[in-house]
Amino acid sequence: MPTMTMVQAIQDALRVALRQDPRVVLLGEDVGKNGGVFRVTEGLQAEFGAERVSDTPLAENGIVGGAIGMALYGLRPVAEIQFVDFIYPAFDQIVSEMAKMRWRSAGQYACPVVVRAPYGGGIKGGLYHSQSPEAYFCHTAGLKVVIPATPRDAKGLLLESLAGDDPVVFLEPKRLYRTLKEDVPEGAYRVPLSSARVARAGEQCTVLAYGAMVPVALDAAEQAAGQSWSVEVLDLRTLVPLDQDAVLASVSKTGRVVIVHEAPRTCGYGAELAALVAEKALTSLQAPVLRVTGYDTPFPYTLEHTYLPDAPRVLRAIEHVMSY
Amino acid sequence: MSAATFQVLGPEGTLTGPDPAIPRDDLRRAFRHMLKMRVLDQRMLSLQRQGRIGFYGTATGEEAAVTGSAYALRDTDWVFPALRQTGVSLWRGTTMKEIVCQLIGNSGDVLIGRQMPCHFSDRKVRSVAWSSVIGTQLVHAMGAAWAAKIQKRDDVMMGYLGDGASSSADFHAAANFAGVFKLPVVFFCQNNQWAISVPLSMQTASESIAVKSDAYGFPGVRVDGNDLLAVIAATRDAVERARSGGGPTLVEAVTFRMGGHSSSDDPTRYRDAALVGDWERRDPLTRLRAWLGASQALAPGDEERWTQEINDEIGAAIAEAESFPPPPIESMFADVYKEMPRHLSEQMRYAVAMGEGQKFEGAFPL
Repeated sequence: MPTMTMVQAIQDALRVALRQDPRVVLLGEDVGKNGGVFRVTEGLQAEFGAERVSDTPLAENGIVGGAIGMALYGLRPVAEIQFVDFIYPAFDQIVSEMAKMRWRSAGQYACPVVVRAPYGGGIKGGLYHSQSPEAYFCHTAGLKVVIPATPRDAKGLLLESLAGDDPVVFLEPKRLYRTLKEDVPEGAYRVPLSSARVARAGEQCTVLAYGAMVPVALDAAEQAAGQSWSVEVLDLRTLVPLDQDAVLASVSKTGRVVIVHEAPRTCGYGAELAALVAEKALTSLQAPVLRVTGYDTPFPYTLEHTYLPDAPRVLRAIEHVMSY
Repeated sequence: MSAATFQVLGPEGTLTGPDPAIPRDDLRRAFRHMLKMRVLDQRMLSLQRQGRIGFYGTATGEEAAVTGSAYALRDTDWVFPALRQTGVSLWRGTTMKEIVCQLIGNSGDVLIGRQMPCHFSDRKVRSVAWSSVIGTQLVHAMGAAWAAKIQKRDDVMMGYLGDGASSSADFHAAANFAGVFKLPVVFFCQNNQWAISVPLSMQTASESIAVKSDAYGFPGVRVDGNDLLAVIAATRDAVERARSGGGPTLVEAVTFRMGGHSSSDDPTRYRDAALVGDWERRDPLTRLRAWLGASQALAPGDEERWTQEINDEIGAAIAEAESFPPPPIESMFADVYKEMPRHLSEQMRYAVAMGEGQKFEGAFPL
């Protein structure tokens, strides 16, 4: 089994899809000859040609809207938004068009588009190369929202997204693109959506995380173990539709919940998770549900590591619920 | 209308340009369709005023643009419509009953009541589902054309827009991409000169909408949109160019919105009645009627008989459509995704129980 970074694993998934399914096409800014600014699509245009791996004019609404038209006609487009911070010119196409096509046509038309975009901070990218807008998409009926945290999952979840018939917003934690290598299965490896992964098993506290916050949560859990606290880390992997059973099973077992995301706090995905726990697992709780999140400020350049949740902040939250 | 506007049939119904030689029976069929659109608008607006449908957007005055552009397409081509292209769907085979059921939004509606009236889509005639957000369908037409080109099929995509949509970001992106990739798409603009209350002069400082194609590197043509023959000739050329690999065309059909934007709009608030009078003299039905009559393509009594047939067809469609019950509560939850996820199943069971005034059994779902 080859060892890959997340960039390599995503590229491998795209190559497998392009080889297996002639309907799969890639489009986006700089995805062709340049192989994408993060080199995710490197070599794919040379292998599959400029029609199937196409650079586009610089207009995100054209990229996503064009991908929608392709999907209506029967293709399986993967639209790359160079940084998710640039997605807003395509926001209407995503939330009003792509997400609603199946429903508003009463099933006459489907829109199997995967919109890939790197998201999140920690790379000194400043305000417009660092944000985490997943909550906007989670609030939109008709979209699936997928965020991998490991190379293996990035490949498996992307191939699963491409095999499905619904539109997917696939957010890639760019901070983890090259920081971790692991064994990644070859070929058409798929990981089911809506299946959370127990990243670390534990008994006393559940940390709910996804994307780039999973390693942060694991780090905090390891430090908590030093204080004899057994912390479970659940990597959600798919935010919509959520694996509710996994969340509730873990919370019922541990009775304590810390939610970690780097997106701003107010109306962030953590609020949805906290509400779910309050509605369905209140009697299991032994402490308040805590959130460790980005702040309700724009994303800062110089102070990004103050903004981003880190292991000490998560550990403080774990300490709080453990000693409540 | 500027001198650069292509015209075949003047307002008096006499030839002012080269006759595109459309077969006589096709012209009769087109005239009958334009008549059907006119009568349908009157009947549906009346139904709306009686409270039997909630909303309606007429295409009165724009029948030649709608019918002529639809005529130029093959059945296998795709259309990406907006508010005033119900007539395109009808021309291509959507039934009157389907239209009226959609206007009511009942369980007989292809869209099972999910969209407001006049927001119709029909896969069997390759008419794609659209939103009320202006211009958004144009990038879909561009993308579908891109897909057809990649798959080496000769289908042509027709993206409809109004003058207002020519200001939208999606128009710009669609035209720009279509030009760059030389895609088989026709952008057909029904320039009816009003975007609700905003006149064309507030929409653009360009001398026309057609001229905008220059900036995207493909041809644009401005035609008299109330002249069926000119619309057919120009659109046919554009469709043939697209099909033969020549890339996109922007067709601007200059017409006029004789009514309000919709049944919710009162155009006397913002425009002069005299202007409407001017355009009544350029009515698309009047001039085609005169031309067909003069060339013996229309016999005395044809129009009266057709009007009666159309009224009967619409009356029967209304009667049938009004017999359908509303869509079931469950239908709201289907098709959000291909398979219903757990959270929606829970919400559906709850909504059904609440809707039927029953106590919800089991854990409170929300």
